[in-house]
Amino acid sequence: MSRGKSWADRVNPAVRDMPPSGIRRFFDLVAEMKDVISLGVGEPDFVTPWHIREACVYALERGYTMYTSNQGLLELREAIAGDIEGNYGVRYDPRSEILITVGVSEGLDLAMRALLAPGDEVLIPEPSYVSYAPCTVLAGGRPVFIKTGVENSFQVTAEMVDAAVTPRTRVLLLCYPNNPTGAVLERATVQAIAEVARVRDLIVFSDEIYDKLTYEGEHVCFSSLPGMKERTVLLNGFSKAYAMTGWRVGYAAGNPDFIAAMTKIHQYTMLCAPITAQTAAVEALRNGRPEMRRMVEQYNRRRHLVLRSFRETGLPCFEPRGAFYAFPDITVTGLSSEEFAGQLLKEEKVAVVPGNAFGEQGEGYVRCAYAASLEDLSEALKRMDRFVKRRAGRGRILTASFAGTK
Amino acid sequence: MKEILELLESNSRLTSAQIAAMLNMEEEEVCRQIKEMEKKKIILGYYTLVNWEKAGEEKVTAFIEVKITPQRDVGFDAVSERIYRFPQVRSVMLMSGAYDLAVIVEGRTMKEVAHFVSTKLATIEHVVSTATHFVLKTYKQLGTIVEDGEQDRRLVVTP
Repeated sequence: MSRGKSWADRVNPAVRDMPPSGIRRFFDLVAEMKDVISLGVGEPDFVTPWHIREACVYALERGYTMYTSNQGLLELREAIAGDIEGNYGVRYDPRSEILITVGVSEGLDLAMRALLAPGDEVLIPEPSYVSYAPCTVLAGGRPVFIKTGVENSFQVTAEMVDAAVTPRTRVLLLCYPNNPTGAVLERATVQAIAEVARVRDLIVFSDEIYDKLTYEGEHVCFSSLPGMKERTVLLNGFSKAYAMTGWRVGYAAGNPDFIAAMTKIHQYTMLCAPITAQTAAVEALRNGRPEMRRMVEQYNRRRHLVLRSFRETGLPCFEPRGAFYAFPDITVTGLSSEEFAGQLLKEEKVAVVPGNAFGEQGEGYVRCAYAASLEDLSEALKRMDRFVKRRAGRGRILTASFAGTK
Repeated sequence: MKEILELLESNSRLTSAQIAAMLNMEEEEVCRQIKEMEKKKIILGYYTLVNWEKAGEEKVTAFIEVKITPQRDVGFDAVSERIYRFPQVRSVMLMSGAYDLAVIVEGRTMKEVAHFVSTKLATIEHVVSTATHFVLKTYKQLGTIVEDGEQDRRLVVTP
């Protein structure tokens, strides 16, 4: 029997050459250890509020187990349109301008595939969420990273965007509040970026999954700026605000022709988002506000706790104003991101994600999710403090002995 | 002030340093406000919710509906006081509806509680009648689910 090509050789080169997620690599390391306190989890520590779960159970009992229309339950699309308009004053037609997706992940993938021609460039501010670049590549596009840093509070600016545009640039991808930095965009910055998008004729994919988790100032919805609704594909979902990560439900809102194009791909590849998740999402939008606010309030308290603790430890940390991540600068320890995360895990059993998992710009930082119980968070911070002080102590001894030999 | 109370209500063991950090305040200010609220009796006490059954202690709790005749000038207050002064009585609330006072009594045995009701509670002047309901099982108390099967099932690292 001829053995033929191996499976590895049969894999599409675009997939074969794609590096595995840096997070995945670290996950494998952590998974082998016991009693680890994890600040590496990019999802709420709350279980979905009971009224949402209960509504889903009730829907199941009544037999809601079938397909929905490709675009998703009209009831849900109407609730979403109402929510966006109520929050940001932008009106989307629920019949033609909103598509229910299997999380923002699917929404982003659909948008990329519906828009990009081979070689088209997508501008991605870095550090960035792990899936943006691979999704771009899989859709035939070319990711172009815009480096953001702590000096700009990890905000991408209009000048940076403008400087990165080439004749092949089609899309600017924004994710604010940001994973992994917790950065938000100020209104003036968003306005200036909108101007560049207009002049340079860019489409903006705006992943606003963390919009409700904005602790200071207001979240500026990109499509709410004058003239920007036409240029924006707004992506959002229920995972973070309503603690519904595992339900996998989100949406895309934008120009009806483009939503139709995305729906075409969606109907052939996904058919529809699960009806269970859609019924739960309807309940979340109708009655979930008080519980959501309560969770956001708790994240905010933990945010203060984490910031104060890092300050006391001597880890410089830019103030995150959104999402539930802190992104401290760990270079004082003399370690790289991966060394820091690896040694912290080994010595103190605390898991954080090395910043370089989010691109080169993340080197020198680690991502700490403060979506953890108060007990876990306090204990983890104590251990991190111990770990960092031990490193700093070594540094001092070294300096002192050099001084002595002079 | 309200935020400090909410935090303490959810966990009375929080240190003032932790509270200060979470609310982005100075620790001294938090201490001062707590002291003041204790003095004003806004904060009435700090307690621990114990699952005595798990600790191996037998305890019986009864919920008692009490009907009383209100008195001139003092209404229900005087009789209520005569009831709530008993250490066995854990809570007393004036209710709207079919009866007047909801009284929660704790004892070591059913007999002990029954004895208390028949000899002390029911015999108080102006108490018209009592109806005693023994608690068979507590599912949730003061916002806490007693046997909660829900746990953190998240993966240790996710994007």
